[in-house]
Amino acid sequence: MTELTRRQILATGAAIALAPGLTLIAPAHAKNAEDPASAQNRWGLLIDAAKCAKGCTSCVDACKAEQGWSSQGRPQTDPQWIRKIALRDPSSGRESSLPVMCQHCAEPPCAAVCPTGASFKRADGIVLVDRHICIGCRYCMMACPYKARSFVHEDVHGQRPHMPRGKGTVEGCTLCVHRVDEGRLPACVEKCPEGAMLFGDLNDPASPIAQRIAAETTTRIRQDLGLSPAVHYQGV
Amino acid sequence: MAKIKHLEIDGTSANYWALLGLLGVFILGGLGSMWFMEHNGHWVTGMTNQIVWGVPHVMAVFLIVAASGALNVASIASVFNKTVYKPLAPLSAFLALALLAGGLAVLVLDLGRPDRLMVAMTHYNFKSIFAWNIYLYTGFFAVVGLYLLTMLGSALKPYGRLAGTLAFIWRLVLTTGTGSIFGFLVARQAYDAAIMAPMFIVFSLAYGLACFLLVLGASFAMTGRELGPFLVRRLRNLLGVFVAGSFYMTVVHHLTNLYSAERQGVEAFLLLDGGTITSLFWLGQVVVGYILPLALIYTPVYRDMPFAPYVAAGLTAAGGLAQMYVTIIGGQAYPLSLFPGMEASSSFFDGAINTYVPSLPESLLALSGIAIALAIVAVVVKLFRVLPVSLADETTDPHHGL
Repeated sequence: MTELTRRQILATGAAIALAPGLTLIAPAHAKNAEDPASAQNRWGLLIDAAKCAKGCTSCVDACKAEQGWSSQGRPQTDPQWIRKIALRDPSSGRESSLPVMCQHCAEPPCAAVCPTGASFKRADGIVLVDRHICIGCRYCMMACPYKARSFVHEDVHGQRPHMPRGKGTVEGCTLCVHRVDEGRLPACVEKCPEGAMLFGDLNDPASPIAQRIAAETTTRIRQDLGLSPAVHYQGV
Repeated sequence: MAKIKHLEIDGTSANYWALLGLLGVFILGGLGSMWFMEHNGHWVTGMTNQIVWGVPHVMAVFLIVAASGALNVASIASVFNKTVYKPLAPLSAFLALALLAGGLAVLVLDLGRPDRLMVAMTHYNFKSIFAWNIYLYTGFFAVVGLYLLTMLGSALKPYGRLAGTLAFIWRLVLTTGTGSIFGFLVARQAYDAAIMAPMFIVFSLAYGLACFLLVLGASFAMTGRELGPFLVRRLRNLLGVFVAGSFYMTVVHHLTNLYSAERQGVEAFLLLDGGTITSLFWLGQVVVGYILPLALIYTPVYRDMPFAPYVAAGLTAAGGLAQMYVTIIGGQAYPLSLFPGMEASSSFFDGAINTYVPSLPESLLALSGIAIALAIVAVVVKLFRVLPVSLADETTDPHHGL
């Protein structure tokens, strides 16, 4: 009998134990960290703006704590991997609130324009920056339709072992790739008190995220651009 | 028409060394700024996560665009066989290289990690127009270098037309690449337009010729060589056509945007409500860059005044810098539209007009680009036979005295 790794047990346990709507890495897709990312998976999010509480920043706080980015009191140059956007429809006055981060596009413009290939998409659809070959040209920031990236304007402190950062390079949401590779949920999803964020494999028709997207009306930001983002929204 | 001789400049006068010294001060200022910015991080500049490209890019793109345009005087001589421009060809080619070097230096020194230049030279993503531009820029040095060899070395002279044609095609492709840096940005409403590439080509003709006229006039005045009105008039008339062409492309670009309801917001910002950006567009790009040069070039009262062509050239270059500021800063100042039709706000300035005030270091870095280009020209005219001994009308005008 094959011995289960701690990671697999955790992933299986999470799949069984957590409330519906929060878990979502099927055990079959949990992988060993040393295994390469697979194109069989397409990791994504479904965010329900109707559940997202105005003024709540739990997802932002969780991201900061997990990834080690913080404010230096200079809002214009401080990084923001995820932020809450308040929306108002001027014709009806309807208001909503939702988190926006890297949308992990299937056709990421950041990766297309990056001269060195530092911006890239993994086989499983997660878009990342290779900090070793980012030259800090910021062309990806010009190209990103979602304003999802930040340039590191000053020295960084409190770096996490899983997330090295560097002054002079560009960074953004990694979909908590270090957690996903361990079969865990992204920090923002885990900490959302309203259960407004659902993480899972868009390629797996049996996954709750794929099933909800198949059954309910969802949208993606700037769908018209044809970039096929992995982050879906509803209730916007 | 007599054969025109080229000779190195003497380059021993106090004025020459003072000029080099002054340019050196600006270059050191740029290098010091780079050190300051890289040591502290870019938060000490006016650039932010909203305005990610600032005045260093304004200057760098202006110089790169002007570089390809500066080569046109040589192209007109060898590709289009207008022999009257032939004596100017070496200066035209050297100025093109110098402007490109100045622009690229600023671009590289403003990188977040300029120490990783070698990474940019060894890792290529061929889907990126930036990566293509690295090839186009380095190739430009090689192709124009070859072209210069055909001008300066008698053994390669028979290949002059071939090299000139290659350089001409290369420069068109290069400016297509520069314009496409903006044209390919699908998400930004101020860019994302196929017209950006041809528009930048037309801009380059005007900015490059303006820079050429200024350098030509200054170098002849400073070395006491005679520059007759015949050639200057021809260059002035050519500048008029290029400035009119730039004006035309600008009008078409904005009219096309205004026709699309989706882009009326960004156009209203650029043309009406954008504060500094709007002022720079109307006063800088349009009045200084187009209307005043055209008035100086085509109004009978002014056109034959000896300084009019140089003033027109200076205004064209200043207008070009204003255009780059409006294009690069203005295009970023207008917020991205993530949710069209909705009002958005966030701690990351979604939905807000972004402001930008350039800091002293980044301004000095930008200015050093001009200084680098001019210093290269000043050294080159001392080392090589680039400047004609005289361009008096009797040597340039085939109908002189008839």
